[in-house]
Amino acid sequence: MSSCCSTETIELPSEPRLPGRIRHVALVGPPNSGKSTLFNRLTGLRQKVANYPGVTVEQRVGRLNGIGLPDLTLIDLPGIYGLDSYSEDARVAVNVLHGEMPGTPTPDAILLVLDSLHLRRQLMLAAPVLALGLPTLVLLNMSDLMDARGGHIDTLALAKELGVPVAKISATRGAGLDSITHFLNRKAEPDASPSLTKIELPVVGNARSYRQWAHGISTRTKYKAPVSNQATKRIDGILLHRIWGPLVFLAVVFAVFQVVFAIGQPLSDGFGNLLNGAGDRVAPLLGHGWLESLAIDGVWRGVASVLVFLPQILLLFLFIGVLEDSGYLARAALIADRVMRSIGLNGKAFIPLLSAYACAVPAIMATRTIENKRDRFATILVAPFMTCSARLPIYMLMIAAFIPNKPLLGDFFGLRAAIMLSLYVLGFVAALATAWLLKSSILKASSAPFILELPQYRLPTVRSLSLRLVDRGRVFLRQAGTVILAVTLVLWILSHVPFHAALGESVIGRLGHFIEPVIRPLGFNWKIGIGLLTSVMAREVIVGTLGTLYGADPATQSLGLQAALRHDLTLGGAMALVVFFAFAMQCTSTIAIVRRETNSWRWPALQFAYMSVLAYLAALATNQIVLAFLH
Amino acid sequence: MVAIALLSIFGAETDEEPVLSGAWKLSLLSELPIGTTGVVESLDLPGEIQHHLMHMGFVPEARITVVRRAPAGDPTVYSIDGFEVALRRDTAKAIRVREYEGTNTR
Repeated sequence: MSSCCSTETIELPSEPRLPGRIRHVALVGPPNSGKSTLFNRLTGLRQKVANYPGVTVEQRVGRLNGIGLPDLTLIDLPGIYGLDSYSEDARVAVNVLHGEMPGTPTPDAILLVLDSLHLRRQLMLAAPVLALGLPTLVLLNMSDLMDARGGHIDTLALAKELGVPVAKISATRGAGLDSITHFLNRKAEPDASPSLTKIELPVVGNARSYRQWAHGISTRTKYKAPVSNQATKRIDGILLHRIWGPLVFLAVVFAVFQVVFAIGQPLSDGFGNLLNGAGDRVAPLLGHGWLESLAIDGVWRGVASVLVFLPQILLLFLFIGVLEDSGYLARAALIADRVMRSIGLNGKAFIPLLSAYACAVPAIMATRTIENKRDRFATILVAPFMTCSARLPIYMLMIAAFIPNKPLLGDFFGLRAAIMLSLYVLGFVAALATAWLLKSSILKASSAPFILELPQYRLPTVRSLSLRLVDRGRVFLRQAGTVILAVTLVLWILSHVPFHAALGESVIGRLGHFIEPVIRPLGFNWKIGIGLLTSVMAREVIVGTLGTLYGADPATQSLGLQAALRHDLTLGGAMALVVFFAFAMQCTSTIAIVRRETNSWRWPALQFAYMSVLAYLAALATNQIVLAFLH
Repeated sequence: MVAIALLSIFGAETDEEPVLSGAWKLSLLSELPIGTTGVVESLDLPGEIQHHLMHMGFVPEARITVVRRAPAGDPTVYSIDGFEVALRRDTAKAIRVREYEGTNTR
């Protein structure tokens, strides 16, 4: 591949083949050039954005409400380097552009988003995109950063070279967006005067001629790259340092857990008092009959026992947001690549696995950036082992109820945070071990290459962090207001049927006692057993279930949930329960997404069975070990 | 995570190979020391990967600078056309480069 065709060119009319009305506009650009940030600006929607390549793995359609053009739809696409598909996410983008994606309209205009900090290389994509012949507006994103850091480009000359309009914008700040309105309004008129300029494009599909073409243009348009790499290089000097790098990595992880406990716990306790206080104040209004029992002891106790954890979950998401938006995540993947490779996985798998700390569902979708199919499936199968935020409530509840608040490393790191951290490590080790098993058996494959672009560091904006927290808070509240509310309602009814029966004699009590023999060896009682059943819907449901069941039991009604659990469970049972949750796949959304991404029921069924058996055995072992130590 | 940190500190591989003097030396990208620049001669990778890399700018005559190695010694971060990309040694081995004259300052 060393010497061939250099500057053969073909000529294309710069105006569109179809001079009709524009209805569907596509956002096209290289990975991490800011397409989704712009999408959110233009549509007013909340597509996930972060500072690493490959955040968007699926097309997303929205109306251009943000700039007052609600008749037009905007299609956000995964980032691409060229129009030849390589990974699953790039294939999506190319299919949409060619109108081969069922359910997504074929775009009839393009907004080409290029990162102006790296224009010389990003321009390479302009060649194949312009060759599509659609009306195109080239947007030089992050131009505020380029200007601030001493970069420069002659946009007029660039527009002449490319034969299409060019505008400098900043999607984060919302600057320069009126150029998009102008472009779409002008192009939307059927008789917009066609310009007669002809431009020269390099031979289609030849990367080398694309690059020469792009370099020629950036020279002729006097492009001067900003001197921005220095800050990133200095930070990387520490964060990727041989010794400091991994140590900083560990320190960050410790700090996250300590803060979630030291600051999050008091916040949650305060919030919990507030919620219970509200319940107590409403209670007298309902009289002393079954209505009070249903509303307060049943539903409110159940829902509130989950809601309490909102502050801690938001804190965790704040940390994840900072990691993702700053650009550190890609470095973490780089540090982890060696470990990932020794178990047979691609270092890129580390990014989905890290984002699985928030939730496994987006993480499983994010595996689309992994090019090798077997690597991708292995990552999908192990992602649910990563400790997602839905496990946080049950972990927090059990640890706060059973583990004393003893300092370990001075005030910096306490026993509770240590137990919590070890649960996270447990999930991670299970993920790695399972991946190794899979890669050395049914998903064996030759090692796939690791090609990862490192984004420049960026300071996360308050706006983007707070949007994340608001969105996350909403999801959490919706879950509490729907699934958990419904479950507690049904549980309360089942625990009061037949009427005037004791809790143990009610329908739910009998069901619980029926399954109790199976879970007795794990140190669980029948109430926990019911919780295990309901939490198949979603993990946090168990906390609501326990809140309702202990609230319905006269023996523990007057105690708080933590005290009720201490009254009813041994330390062995409590620890066995959190270990069970570390391993079990209790989440219908995850099962559904695995089914969708692997296109078969075989994988999610295998996964569910494997994780359940593992959870049962590990919980059994935990309970027996704790028992042996205590006696 | 603890495992990662430990392995990346203690499991580090040593790589720096002896540097020969002389201008315009042909070598593999994986052999270039940190801080040096090479000019791509040719790539020899499986079709799709090669294609992908070339569209990222790894084409003949492109200049690549070795920026740093990951804490474990592999992958290595390269700078090309003003952006940074990490490649494993296995991949870098398949890229032949001319060592750039005069910039070998290690």
